[in-house]
Amino acid sequence: MIVVTVITPAAITYASSKLMSKRAILALKLALHLLCLTPFGVLLYRFQHDNLGADPVNTITHFTGDWALYILLTSLAITPLRRLNSSIAFLVRFRRLIGLYAFFYVSLHLATYVFLFSGYDLFTALTSLKAGHPAVLIDQWKQVWPTIWDDLRKRRFIQVGFCSWLILLALACTSPAVIMRAMGGKNWQRLHRLVYVAAIAAVIHFWWLVKAGVRTPWKDTAVLTVLLLARIIYTGLKSRKKLLPAPTQVKLASQ
Amino acid sequence: MLLRKSGSFKSIIRSSEITPQQTVKDFQQDRRRFLTQTAALGAGLVAAAHVPSIFDPAQVEAAQAASSRYTVNETQTPILKAATYNNFYEFGTDKSEPARNAHTLKTRPWTVQVDGLVKKPLTLDVDTIIKYRPMENRVYRHRCVEAWSMVIPWDGYSLSEFINLCEPLPSAKYVQFITLLDKKQMPDLPGGYDWPYSEGLRLDEAMNPLALLTFGFYGTFLPNQNGAPIRVVLPWKYGFKSAKSIVKFQFTDKQPRTLWNEIAPREYGFYSNVNPTVDHPRWSQAKERRIDTGAFPHSIPTLPFNGYADQVAGLYAGMDLKKNF
Repeated sequence: MIVVTVITPAAITYASSKLMSKRAILALKLALHLLCLTPFGVLLYRFQHDNLGADPVNTITHFTGDWALYILLTSLAITPLRRLNSSIAFLVRFRRLIGLYAFFYVSLHLATYVFLFSGYDLFTALTSLKAGHPAVLIDQWKQVWPTIWDDLRKRRFIQVGFCSWLILLALACTSPAVIMRAMGGKNWQRLHRLVYVAAIAAVIHFWWLVKAGVRTPWKDTAVLTVLLLARIIYTGLKSRKKLLPAPTQVKLASQ
Repeated sequence: MLLRKSGSFKSIIRSSEITPQQTVKDFQQDRRRFLTQTAALGAGLVAAAHVPSIFDPAQVEAAQAASSRYTVNETQTPILKAATYNNFYEFGTDKSEPARNAHTLKTRPWTVQVDGLVKKPLTLDVDTIIKYRPMENRVYRHRCVEAWSMVIPWDGYSLSEFINLCEPLPSAKYVQFITLLDKKQMPDLPGGYDWPYSEGLRLDEAMNPLALLTFGFYGTFLPNQNGAPIRVVLPWKYGFKSAKSIVKFQFTDKQPRTLWNEIAPREYGFYSNVNPTVDHPRWSQAKERRIDTGAFPHSIPTLPFNGYADQVAGLYAGMDLKKNF
């Protein structure tokens, strides 16, 4: 992505952050990997210690869905944050990684729906697989497929949630630098703006699945609203500045 | 320990007789674990511990004979799961919250009002109602509208016996159950609902012997989160019909307001009989996740009227059950 920046001390800090030592970046990335994997670790720990409540399927579904949304919102927080203060501009280097973890948790969430929630008997299937009867995997799928297809056809919260996953799948597939270069910055950026659609769809999915009167999704909604408003305000301010005599602008390539 | 005082029931009907699927040891371990956990959660049975036994030794034999007719021979849900996975929105909308929050509910003293189209309005102490008829232990399937289910041994007696005590007038066609509403005891009461919780039945449904007026489960008094000190259990209907912590029985000639039907009429009908062929708008009701002793729930087909068609299908003869869902 090409970032146009006015030359200010901020830009200089930004530029210098590009020079941040490779080791520091690597260490931060490693820390971030660990941080993003922590919820998954907690889930595995709770699974092993039989601590997923009376209805583990329900717990896992909500746990993975919640974390998918938290991490997706975190990835959307990076742009407004770095605009607030140039000293944290380097955060943008972690955005893709965070976005990929959002996709990871959304995929876990979808897998939970397909292999646990739908009535797929994962444990029987795995036991049979170990015993050398892989056909059971398919048999189980044949049993639950009608339910899943029915859900996809009839239930809007499933549709909107599935759309969100599809978008994140497209973004994840096009995230490697090679593909970005092949697509060209402009096209790539256009495609990746769909992340807003994915986030809005995810929040709508949440509202549509809770029972009438339940307001649990309000916090996620509030955060998303603030993050979207921050962008609108920023764009508004920027276009007002453009009307003023423009200072010298340079192009700085970032990732 | 906590239960010793209230647990004279245990000496009368051995838990081995109540829960044929579980060994006594399992049951007791389970109960101990449950007690430790709930005590830790502060969701205690403390109130229950100070209440004299609800089981009259003289009536036990009759109770046992009556119980056997209503026992489902399926693996029972461990008490720990039944007492920590609850929908009781007055104590929080997440299913883990009532077990943590319901300790603020004061179950004694507890009075129950009988009002509306009755010969004479009554105000009864819950302990009077408890002693009114011999306690039975009935193992029922419990199917939540959210597509999970449990198998629970409840303690109580037929609602019909209590209704006879209430002496409804011939003009009474419905009975409404009203749950306690007290913000002081329910600090987590969520907004957006027209409290108090209200449910209801046609009077002939309520008179069906399956409808159980319930005070305990697993041989102990109900924990608060399960609807102490008095609730109804209607095993052929989705769980939300079985109102908890009831303070009033109101007899009416018109269909009473029921909370979930009021807030989402498309999703929750007045009847809400378990019906695998009528989907909830947001999910299929054809199957259910049975929560029992397994580490993970297993998926089983849902039965019409939750498997109680023989006893209750007649109540709805000639009715379009897709319209009257």
